[in-house]
Amino acid sequence: MSVTITLATARRILSQLRHDHRTLVLIVGVPSLLMILLRYVMDRPEAFDRFGPMLLGVFPLVVMFIVTSIATLRERTSGTLERLMTMPLGRLDLLLGYALAFGVTALIQVGIVATISLTWLGLDLRGPVWALLLLTLLAALLGVALGLFSSAFARSEFQAVQFMPALILPQTLLAGLFVPRDQMATALRWIADVLPLSYLVEAMRELTGHPGVTGTLWRDIAVIAGCTVLALLLGAATLRRRTT
Amino acid sequence: MMNSVIVVRDLRVARGGRTVLRGLTFEVPRGSVVGLLGPSGCGKTTLMRAVVGVQIVQSGTVTVLGRPAGHRALRHRIGYATQRPAVYADLTVRENLRYFAAVLGAPRGDADRVLDEVGLGGARDQLAASLSGGQLSRASLAVALLGRPELLVLDEPTVGLDPVLRGELWELFHELAGRGTTLLVSSHVMDEAARCERLLLMREGRIIADDTPAALRDRTGAGDLEQAFLTIIERGEKVGRP
Repeated sequence: MSVTITLATARRILSQLRHDHRTLVLIVGVPSLLMILLRYVMDRPEAFDRFGPMLLGVFPLVVMFIVTSIATLRERTSGTLERLMTMPLGRLDLLLGYALAFGVTALIQVGIVATISLTWLGLDLRGPVWALLLLTLLAALLGVALGLFSSAFARSEFQAVQFMPALILPQTLLAGLFVPRDQMATALRWIADVLPLSYLVEAMRELTGHPGVTGTLWRDIAVIAGCTVLALLLGAATLRRRTT
Repeated sequence: MMNSVIVVRDLRVARGGRTVLRGLTFEVPRGSVVGLLGPSGCGKTTLMRAVVGVQIVQSGTVTVLGRPAGHRALRHRIGYATQRPAVYADLTVRENLRYFAAVLGAPRGDADRVLDEVGLGGARDQLAASLSGGQLSRASLAVALLGRPELLVLDEPTVGLDPVLRGELWELFHELAGRGTTLLVSSHVMDEAARCERLLLMREGRIIADDTPAALRDRTGAGDLEQAFLTIIERGEKVGRP
């Protein structure tokens, strides 16, 4: 592992994004628009206070998942990955470079969406703002890690985008976003209990319901961080120097 | 043997259940330009992938600069350009080179040096996506030149280039070889073969000839290399070293 190569990789990925203005606008604009829409569709501040923060966590996860899985798939199909694999670049250098670049992007995204939500839309957050930013950053990194991992199983960009609904949508259904987890059938609850998104939603709920940082919130943060590291390691295992 | 940069012994490779390389044995001497010729699909790219160490091989050995192909210590010492240009389309030419230079730990200024060497200095601030096919393959070639590698493995580096540019690149290859760099260059154009010091002719996963262009013409009595290649195939024999 090399810090220089990791930083160079992150800088390279950010340069790629910088050249792609439309993608940047979409990354920030789509979640902002959805939050505004949610606020006025619900039209009740207490309902918005309940769902708003959860969506704030789900957006960066979904967006970073899609962006990362397409970016790494391109890296695999364009031959740049093969080129890098003949160079002194460690697999972790590449993965951490992606995590760093998209982590920074996610922070900008969440910074803007959270500002809009907390001011204009009047979102009422009882917990500290830094905890909200930390959670959304973790959510983004989880999205990056899952995107890296799933891209290994996609042969085309058509397949890669399908992994988003396949991996993320069932999680949003099971995460307690719509129906609380303890009201689900036992088998479904078991599944929900091992899915990382459940802990993200729970953490966001803690944050909206309680001032300060609760023990449950810390546990949720630890679980999400653990899942992110696990997914990154699985992603690293899918990067091979030698292929058939 | 010390003078051989690449030593391949009985190399066999299968891809997707099909045998692509059927027991290749050859050596590439230091400081030479060796041409790898043969029709599309004969296994040239697979062989090059095996030399740079990204190909899973079935059996046999590939030794590069005294170490097994793909060895960690070789990653600074080999430059590789794939047939399809492998650069980031959404970065400028210079950004691409700066990134790969950073990965290789090449000195600052190396990006500009290699761009001038491949004659792409004028397009350095252009996005790779906006380059012509020929410019794109030169950008990809420039990446392979970063850090002054001892061995260059170039897969069809002159495809889509006009004759003038092709001539210039071959001059560059010989200049590099003059400085001690070893080059393994694949092509399916026979007129490029004449510019190599040594030729490996491949067909259906086998090396059917390994000799100098002049010796190949002499042995076959053919006027040009195209004809020599055909004669070797017709005779169904192996010419030159085993």
